[in-house]
Amino acid sequence: MPSPHMRVGAPAAKPKNTKKTLGQLLKYMRSSLPVIIISFVFAIASVVLTINIPNLTGEATDALMSGVIQKAVYKGIENNLGDEALGFECSTMDELAEIVANASGKTKGEVTVKDLMALAGEDSTTADSVPEKYADAVMNMKLAYAPSLDVDAIVRVLIITLVLMGISGVLSYVQTFLLAGVAQKISYRLRRDIDLKISKLPLKYYDTTASGEVLSYLTNDVDNISTSLNQSLAQLVTAITTLIGVAVMMFSISWILTLIALVIMPLSFALVMLVVKFSQKHFVGQQKTLGEVNADIEEMYGAHTVVQLYNAQDDTKKEFDKLNTRLAAATRKSQFLSGLMQPCMQFIGNLSYVVVSVVGGVLVAGGSLGVGNIQAFIQYVRQFNQPVAQFGSIMNTLQLTVASAERVFDFIYAEEERETGEGAPQNAKGVVDFKNVKFGYSPDKIIVKDFSSHIEAGSKVAIVGPTGAGKTTMVKLLMRFYDLNDGAIYLDGKNVAEYSRDGLRREFGMVLQDTWLYSGTIRDNIRYGKLDATDEEVERAAKIACADHFIRTLEGGYDFVINEEADNISQGQKQLLTIARAVIADPKVLILDEATSSVDTRTELLIQKAMNRLMEGRTSFIIAHRLSTIKDADKILVMVGGDIVEQGTHDELMQVDDGFYRKLYNAQFA
Amino acid sequence: MLKAYKKYIPHIILCFVLLFIEAFADLAMPEYMADLLERVVLGAGTREILKVGGIMLGYAAVVTAASVAVGYLASVVGAGTSRKMRQMLFEKISDFSAADFDKFQVSSLITRSTNDVTQVQLFTIIFIRIVMYAPILAIGGIIKAIANSTGISVAVWVIVVAVAVIVCSLVTLLLIVQPKFTKLQKIIDRLNLVARESLTGMMVVRAFGTQSYEEERFDKVNAELKNNQLFTGRVMGLFTPIVMFTMNGVSIAVIWIAAYMANDIGTVTSMMAFIQYAVQIIMSFMMVTMVFVMLPRALTSMRRIREILKSPISVTDRENAVKAEGLKGELVFDNVSFRYGDSEDEVIKDISFTAMPGQTTAIIGATGSGKSTLIKLIPRLYDVSGGSITLDGRDIRDYTLESLRDNVSFVPQKNVLLRGTVESNIKYADGNGSDEDMRAAAETAQAAEFISSREKEYKSEIAQGGGNVSGGQKQRLAIARALYKKAPVYVFDDSFSALDFKTDAALRTALKEKLSDKNIIIVAQRVGSIMNADQILVLDAGKMVGKGTHAELMKTCDVYSEIAHSQLSKEELANA
Repeated sequence: MPSPHMRVGAPAAKPKNTKKTLGQLLKYMRSSLPVIIISFVFAIASVVLTINIPNLTGEATDALMSGVIQKAVYKGIENNLGDEALGFECSTMDELAEIVANASGKTKGEVTVKDLMALAGEDSTTADSVPEKYADAVMNMKLAYAPSLDVDAIVRVLIITLVLMGISGVLSYVQTFLLAGVAQKISYRLRRDIDLKISKLPLKYYDTTASGEVLSYLTNDVDNISTSLNQSLAQLVTAITTLIGVAVMMFSISWILTLIALVIMPLSFALVMLVVKFSQKHFVGQQKTLGEVNADIEEMYGAHTVVQLYNAQDDTKKEFDKLNTRLAAATRKSQFLSGLMQPCMQFIGNLSYVVVSVVGGVLVAGGSLGVGNIQAFIQYVRQFNQPVAQFGSIMNTLQLTVASAERVFDFIYAEEERETGEGAPQNAKGVVDFKNVKFGYSPDKIIVKDFSSHIEAGSKVAIVGPTGAGKTTMVKLLMRFYDLNDGAIYLDGKNVAEYSRDGLRREFGMVLQDTWLYSGTIRDNIRYGKLDATDEEVERAAKIACADHFIRTLEGGYDFVINEEADNISQGQKQLLTIARAVIADPKVLILDEATSSVDTRTELLIQKAMNRLMEGRTSFIIAHRLSTIKDADKILVMVGGDIVEQGTHDELMQVDDGFYRKLYNAQFA
Repeated sequence: MLKAYKKYIPHIILCFVLLFIEAFADLAMPEYMADLLERVVLGAGTREILKVGGIMLGYAAVVTAASVAVGYLASVVGAGTSRKMRQMLFEKISDFSAADFDKFQVSSLITRSTNDVTQVQLFTIIFIRIVMYAPILAIGGIIKAIANSTGISVAVWVIVVAVAVIVCSLVTLLLIVQPKFTKLQKIIDRLNLVARESLTGMMVVRAFGTQSYEEERFDKVNAELKNNQLFTGRVMGLFTPIVMFTMNGVSIAVIWIAAYMANDIGTVTSMMAFIQYAVQIIMSFMMVTMVFVMLPRALTSMRRIREILKSPISVTDRENAVKAEGLKGELVFDNVSFRYGDSEDEVIKDISFTAMPGQTTAIIGATGSGKSTLIKLIPRLYDVSGGSITLDGRDIRDYTLESLRDNVSFVPQKNVLLRGTVESNIKYADGNGSDEDMRAAAETAQAAEFISSREKEYKSEIAQGGGNVSGGQKQRLAIARALYKKAPVYVFDDSFSALDFKTDAALRTALKEKLSDKNIIIVAQRVGSIMNADQILVLDAGKMVGKGTHAELMKTCDVYSEIAHSQLSKEELANA
């Protein structure tokens, strides 16, 4: 029977340090360990109980067989009663019994086939050709009574079997039930810890780790671990128990048959490994080509405007056809090879079936085995081969799990953002000092070389520079998203490193161009700046941010739900909301990104108005794109290649003859 | 869609025949076993036993051979049909117009060409190996079971009951968990969303110190996911014990019946074969039921593929279309209107203007005013809904699509670079063109400097989507690519937005010089970039509210002067 589960998947990536990861995983599961152990005990018990079932049904079959053979022999004697060869003159079995009884000195009801044979010779009945297993029962058959099946004995065996099956089924379900609970509890904790970790890692960590990777830990990797706990571990326990139990049972039936089965086993194991090895190689090939084809599709669909504008459809089709043909060849090989596993296992299964039937048949004919034993043995061989076939995939899954767990734990135990101080600034005025600030995203690449500047409370600082000059670096340093390599930043004369990061950040507001809102109501999004704000406070903040008007035009007003892509309100409206959020947070120092071209003119005017209101009475750093902002700034910081190369007011900087700012400013009138 | 399968009909028929042979051989074996055991009981010799064993082994070999052959054919059909489907999809989608892309969305087109095809391929293979095989095996099994039930014919009902129990319990369990399964995907999406939000909003979360709020948000979904998976896991966990119990129960029930009814040796050995047939029948029904669980998913994928293949292409060559050659580039918009798809609102309403070679026409307006849409009509990325556009006096729809696009060089707003090198990207219009042309284009586009600062210069690699160059560099490379293509009409759709003031100015000067005899159309956001254009069109909500030079519009057009005042100081306006 072809089974879709018996296919070969991708080879697991080898974990780097299996021992360490398993240790961590064990530590993680500590509180659930008793439940895990109990469920394993249940799994073992469930297998042990079922192990005897083929033997019991075999026994019942043998009892049946014995009964029908007796009937056959009895009938044979009855049919031959008139035969001269027998040498008795009688026409009913009752008369025969009486003759034999008289000859052997027993009562009529006591005489058996054995007595008849002692009297009349070996070949007087067909009883001598009966297999040894059933011979005793036949020999002890009473001549006076027609034999009947011992139905009660058979039913007794069957009832025992039924009870065992029931208990085993319940145990097996309890085990599934318990393990599902453990697996879910652990995956829940892993996901929670990953999420908690997201906001505790320094931003630097994400310079080298894409957010897609973190999401993949959260879903795929945790899923792998959960599946393993849920299924593979129990499968492994069950498989090992079955192997041992079945081997014992098989030996108890016949050592010769067991040896034959054990010779076939390594054969099938080797075959499995061979198929796995081959097909994995091709599976990787298929996945790789599939990746290429998908990448091509993604690129070409994404670029379809360009493709059409340059009339490049024919070329792209040809290119795609090449890749697609390669994929089809790879798929064909990989699917065929991975599909081979099933017929191979089936053949091994059938081979043992036939060999057991034949050898078993010979043993029955000449020895102590019964037909029921053969029936039981056939079932045992099937049970024996199954775990062997499973081992490959279980081991693969477990390896995959360890690799997943390793990635997850690497993340969970990664070094967190260090606290260097504590407390929050009290009633900050907003005087900011940079003293000999040195910074680089990596220590061997310092970009801010030596920056000092004094900024008065309530003043307006513009940051200008060409695209890619690293204007947002200043934001990241002020907010302590990144730590300085040398020097210090002071707020009201105190080194900001002496405050806790959270405490400090509460004094800094941020309105970035890359507006971040989450899917939820507008009210909740504004309240994000101050989680305990009342509805009145939210609406007041929206009014100050010039957002109240547009919010009221939306369906549901403040309860309008921003969707997941946050595309049901415009870019400009989003910016107004982020301003409102900053208003409600009421920070002492502001960092703003000016609105750019993606906003329409009228909204842009609103944003400017809102920003001006927000900046009143606060020290503000503005990442500037517009000349009007720059010109009335109290201080301009000019950035090139990540470093601050000039600072001063507009007029001061225009005086610098070969100054970068002057060139930049003049360029727009070219 | 069925076209993909047409070629493989012989393969599938052959599979059917092979599966028949496989089932026949597979089902023959239990009977031989019963026969063998009966002979043993009746005192057969080793020779006789070996003979029967040999026959059985022969059947086992036939089963394996047929099964391997079917596996091979199934992989040929699966791989071949999915290749054909992927090819049909890709070719169809390549010819889709921008409007067709809007209708389906790029992300959906991608999943349809990748995931959906893989789904169908998987199902094709499973279909051949299981859906076709299981019924043959089940029917054969039933025939054999009945044949082997002489003396215990009541036992046939045991199979009926067992099949009913297994199918019913599987269906019941599935019905119970189905709503949870449907919800599961949504919960996972939600979990991803919340986590993605705290990742992308990392700076904001920390700035406001709202980590604990985020954690609460996450915890809600996380707990929901836990409860959902726990429920489905525990309900579906019932299935295996039920199957095991039923399978073993069948043996017990059959022996039980035989205990009362069996009278001769043949009945008992037949009973042993009967039990094996019962197992095979039950397994077949189980497999088919499982496949039915997969079926809706595969059907959805097929429907999504067919939707694409059936969808008409909205922009195509007219009959008798002529080739556009040696054009001067006189472009006339005559009462042009446009609406997207079936929507009622016109995005462009009655716009008329003339753009001549040697001139620069600029289009300005708020977001959503229809500027970009208007110029996309020129290379027929969309077709007009009303009015007409003529190029050198002939309706652009009367030219062949290919030749029209050869005559328009267009820089889209979204600058997409392709995987390859700087050179392959600039030379996209014609890979065999000269290096001098390429360098000249890069020079004009202000891209030469950063290209030569790279180690491999023009041979530098470009990652997919231009991931390894900055936004400003990408924009300049896209401009260089358009300049390299020689055409009478050049269209720039807000192509200077990522450039700083200085580069923007230098680029405009260079363009004015190099494209002096061309028809240039520029869409812009910054008044500063287009103040010097020969004519400026001002759009507002799809209508043209002003046409003229900067000086004229400052006096006559309110919308224009409002935009200008918001962007430039009085002094700057005066300087201009």
